[in-house]
Amino acid sequence: MTTQLPLPDGLADLPPGAPGTTAPPSGRRTGWRAVLPTWTPKLAIGLGLVAAVALFGLLGPLLAGDPNTIRNIGLTGPSGDHWLGTTQTGQDVLDQLTRATRGSLQIGLFVGVLATALSALVGVVGGYAGGLVDEAFSLLSNVMLVIPGLPLVIVISGFVPAEQRGSWTVVLVLALTGWASAARVLRAQTLSVRNRDYVAAAKVAGEKPWRVICVEILPNLLPVLASQFVFSVVAAILSEAGLSFLGLGASNSSTLGTMLYFAQNGFALQRDAWWWFVPPGLIIAALGCGLALVNLSLDEIINPRLRRPGRRRNTPEKADRSPNHAVRSTAA
Amino acid sequence: MTTHNPPPRTAPPAPDAARPVLTVRDLNVVYRGDRTVHAVKDVSLTLHRGEILGLAGESGCGKSTLAYAVNRLHEWPAEVSSGTVTFHDRDGHDLDLLALRDEELRRFRWSKLSMVFQGAMNALNPVTTVRAQLEDVLTTHRPGMSKQQRRARCAEVLDLVGVEPGRMHSYPHELSGGMRQRVMIAMALLLDPQVMIMDEPTTALDVLVQRGILREILRLRDELGFAVVFITHDLPLLLELSDRIAVMLRGEIVEYDTAETLYRHPRHPYTRQLLESFPSLTGERGAFLRATGPASPPAAGPAPHDQARPAGSTR
Amino acid sequence: MRYYARKTGFYLVALWAAVTLNFFIPRMMPGNPVDILMAKLQQRGGTVGPSVRRSYELLLGADHSDSLAQQYLSYLNNLLHGDFGISVSAYPAKVSDVIGQSLPWTIALVGLATLISFVLGLTLGALVGWKRGSWLDSIIPGTTVLAAVPYFWLALILAALLSSTLNWFPLLGGYDVTYDIGWNWDFVSSAVQHGILPALTIVISSVGGWLLGMRNMMVSTAAEDYILTARAKGLRNRRVMIRYAARNAALPSVAGFATSLGFVVSGSVMTEQVFSYPGIGGRLLQAVENNDYALMQGIFLVITVAVLGANLLVDLLYGLIDPRTRAGN
Repeated sequence: MTTQLPLPDGLADLPPGAPGTTAPPSGRRTGWRAVLPTWTPKLAIGLGLVAAVALFGLLGPLLAGDPNTIRNIGLTGPSGDHWLGTTQTGQDVLDQLTRATRGSLQIGLFVGVLATALSALVGVVGGYAGGLVDEAFSLLSNVMLVIPGLPLVIVISGFVPAEQRGSWTVVLVLALTGWASAARVLRAQTLSVRNRDYVAAAKVAGEKPWRVICVEILPNLLPVLASQFVFSVVAAILSEAGLSFLGLGASNSSTLGTMLYFAQNGFALQRDAWWWFVPPGLIIAALGCGLALVNLSLDEIINPRLRRPGRRRNTPEKADRSPNHAVRSTAA
Repeated sequence: MTTHNPPPRTAPPAPDAARPVLTVRDLNVVYRGDRTVHAVKDVSLTLHRGEILGLAGESGCGKSTLAYAVNRLHEWPAEVSSGTVTFHDRDGHDLDLLALRDEELRRFRWSKLSMVFQGAMNALNPVTTVRAQLEDVLTTHRPGMSKQQRRARCAEVLDLVGVEPGRMHSYPHELSGGMRQRVMIAMALLLDPQVMIMDEPTTALDVLVQRGILREILRLRDELGFAVVFITHDLPLLLELSDRIAVMLRGEIVEYDTAETLYRHPRHPYTRQLLESFPSLTGERGAFLRATGPASPPAAGPAPHDQARPAGSTR
Repeated sequence: MRYYARKTGFYLVALWAAVTLNFFIPRMMPGNPVDILMAKLQQRGGTVGPSVRRSYELLLGADHSDSLAQQYLSYLNNLLHGDFGISVSAYPAKVSDVIGQSLPWTIALVGLATLISFVLGLTLGALVGWKRGSWLDSIIPGTTVLAAVPYFWLALILAALLSSTLNWFPLLGGYDVTYDIGWNWDFVSSAVQHGILPALTIVISSVGGWLLGMRNMMVSTAAEDYILTARAKGLRNRRVMIRYAARNAALPSVAGFATSLGFVVSGSVMTEQVFSYPGIGGRLLQAVENNDYALMQGIFLVITVAVLGANLLVDLLYGLIDPRTRAGN
């Protein structure tokens, strides 16, 4: 076994701001403790936002009326009866919003799970196996990364007749086109974990490769996996909204994207019916922000340097070197 | 100091004892945080002109923090809570380093006190040439110099440390660890400083290269007369190199004496521990470096183990 | 030298992958696109000769007389000659002509806006990362919000505010259609005027990502030993920040710029849809709406080639700014 340390492709090859661009914390962290970020206001706000949107999408449809009920009070503003007003055809915007939020969350989750699984398969297995497998898998993910995603999705959607374009098609297409960047990040992390002593020890002890991957490597990748999952959920929800807005979304489901599509086609903004157009975007923004804040907290596990110096537990023990770790200058 | 008779190794205090160049008095450095950590406690040291002062201790004992605080390179959350650092300039002026304003501090750095970091690691900017990083110093501190003068000075210092001046066009990754360290030393020499702080300058290098560089430091010190604060965890190395040694433990200086006394009569148990924990590199301590330094007469002891000098070290 | 060879080789593989994907997608999909196309063509009064049908069949794969391998070879041959077939939606224009007309608009608008966003994001990110802990940190939450908002939503609201309500900018189109296209003052100024709002929306929605990435790298870089050396050298703060910290921190962003170009093109589809801009993204959507498969595929290929080419360019440039890559690994 070689102890040679293959550097993960170098910073050069990673997308900006990707986690994994810096050395992972040395020393072994045990699985779940490593995934649990320290409790910060940032994390609290993030989780709060995500929970609020999730509850809204989960419980909202149970409490709300039928979103498709048509009334003859088209485009009326918010009132006591209709908190968020009505659409062109008098449908209640709030009722629609609950249903659409649920639809978007579903698609986001499914795509997130699928894309993360795919990226873990390609990234972790490639990074661990090395050699030709790694070359092939890297090439595959790099090619997927440079082929422009949305045009590809549009072309695929264009060939699928609208009546056959269900939410599963959309999920599949988004997952298949959205796993590549996560795979690269995971590969880089796998490379660095692979060479740690306890992994070498497990290999010498004759553990089977899949066991080494599952028991020794994956737990160490959990923070990265979690952050990539969160990232792909956000990306999926945004992409789905974009596709639906272009009229290429799922035909059988209602999402925040389709809602915006109908609002735009009903000239909601031109008719000053902001209550129809603004809320779906705000929900996406709230969810995206919440998940991004959660991700920032995850990043701080992956890359402790991003923490505010001196606030966390990492400084005192390293007193001798920490002049290097702090950033704010006393001279400034 | 070249006019002086170099003191024999057995004689106590350092050369030029009457003329200190750097005085640290009751310095305290703390790290602010959830729990305040006292990294440097009531440290008092005097560095004399031309002296090599060794600062020994294990990692985390606060020796680097102390060295950085002297040049005010420490950063928040590190903070000097009390004490003074005074620089006694060649022309007789005293500078209170902790009271310098930003611009004064910037001018002071490198021109009077330069530093040598672990060049073998990451102390050189990876994306610009050695020349650019050398000339950087001159364009900032000596704006009057012409391009030719700058170029000539860079070549001169590289030559001084035994690096072929043509190598100045290289990027750091094209140089070996030893070469990078020599470049770092050359850079530290550029402005003819009075004090040089060396933070583990030879730690990442193999023994042979390490020797060549230590010899070079001694020779340059003898020729140019700057004082050195040499920081390392390697006490035996300091015994060979330093005039005086301060041993640090958990932020405090537990022993501070001439190398000779410290070696023969260590008083603090920690010093004794440190002395015992390192196997002697050369068989007999104090032999191989001092023996070849031009200004130091051979120390008592067996013949120097003068291995073939690394190619770049001859001059 | 190996670095350049490797990069060029990679992009050739990627190009081949895209071309092949383009060949197989219509063949794997349900429905018979050729019949739809021919019907459309007849509606428009096109003469449907067997040669036209044949060229569509090659492109879309409804021809069962040839083997798949033969189809693939003829398809490659047609592509090499720049023959993408005839557009249905813009009948009787050739696909290549339609693309040629709309591509410059996209390159000018999206290319410029992206460059501005990149430079702006890196500059701000370097500042925010360097002065960490100061008031500048308060920019970060704002960028997080911007990154989470759907682009088209933001663009439409901005358009409603700045254009419909305040009347600062023209709302739709790429230029005032009363002017002739050409290098005359009226047309150019009208084009610039029409471009500002779409460009603004692109910059606003994408600058946050660059800013955040650069800021994080800047924070990591500030902890490097060579920054400490630079400060100990008594260099001015600005010089340390630019020559030492930002110069190194920008490397991943520059490399990321290449990968982001794909997203840029994706963004152009949205932008052009929102503002009815006469670029290639808008054309792609029209092609999809009209089942103009030939145009669809042609545009996809052109976009891919453009993105790959730009990627290659950025990668080669990267070799210049990071000396370590040239050494080869």
